[in-house]
Amino acid sequence: MRHHLVLRVVSKLLIPFILLFGLYVQFHGDFGPGGGFQAGVIFAAGFILYALIFGRENAVKVTPPRVLQALMAFGLLLYASVGVVGMINGGNFLNYSVLRADGVAGQHLGILLIELGVGITVAAVMIMVFLMFTGRGR
Amino acid sequence: MLSGIYSLLMAGAFVVLDAVDVAFTEAAVGAGISTVLMLGTLHLTRSREKIPTHGAFLPLAVVLLTGGILLYATTGMPAFGDPDAPVHTHVAPRYIEETPEKIDVPNIVTAVLASYRGYDTMGEVTVIFTAGVGVMLMLGGRKRRRDSDKEDGV
Repeated sequence: MRHHLVLRVVSKLLIPFILLFGLYVQFHGDFGPGGGFQAGVIFAAGFILYALIFGRENAVKVTPPRVLQALMAFGLLLYASVGVVGMINGGNFLNYSVLRADGVAGQHLGILLIELGVGITVAAVMIMVFLMFTGRGR
Repeated sequence: MLSGIYSLLMAGAFVVLDAVDVAFTEAAVGAGISTVLMLGTLHLTRSREKIPTHGAFLPLAVVLLTGGILLYATTGMPAFGDPDAPVHTHVAPRYIEETPEKIDVPNIVTAVLASYRGYDTMGEVTVIFTAGVGVMLMLGGRKRRRDSDKEDGV
């Protein structure tokens, strides 16, 4: 893709906005359509576009598989640990109302944290699967 | 390519049905990522099909039987938009009534997904995580070979 000047310039312009849109969908999921799953996929799509245009080697430099592995596990652990913190505070597993003194604020915090966990895991897994698929043929 | 177009059309259909969250997911996952992964798979596979070792009759019978059972099952479903359907009378009214005071999140879909059905969502994330680990185990064989080389050298 080294000679496709138009593709390179346009994707360079688009990728920051794709990532920004991913973050917007992630943290605006409480108020509008969206959430962790969609945000993770959009975020991963930005990285996959980068890998398609600028080559797999550069993409591996940006997101090393080791970091992706850690992020995959971190997202799920974040989700589960929110549930465990709820248990420590005297509620059921994944009951967010006990996270804060005010139940509604606790629900907000819990939803934000678990959606973040979902987003991190989904984005890391999607990028990882793509890198695995493209790295196989070489 | 066709599946990508199909996903995009389905996303439009979901928007028409006022299921914006589902449409969002369908557009991002179905039309976006799946198409790219499909192309990656095509890149990996060979251009010629292997000669099948068994006939086409048994798979065809299984497909037709499953399809027939599914079609028969749709006759038992409540009518489209029926307000007395079990989906609308079981827990859904409680979610809609309680969400503004208990969770106070404008998007009820998010409230149901993340809070009422938090356990299910965790299971889904676990499924995605497991799928990622599975792909890594099947396709990421290069590192293991290098490790075994090292062991041989030592």
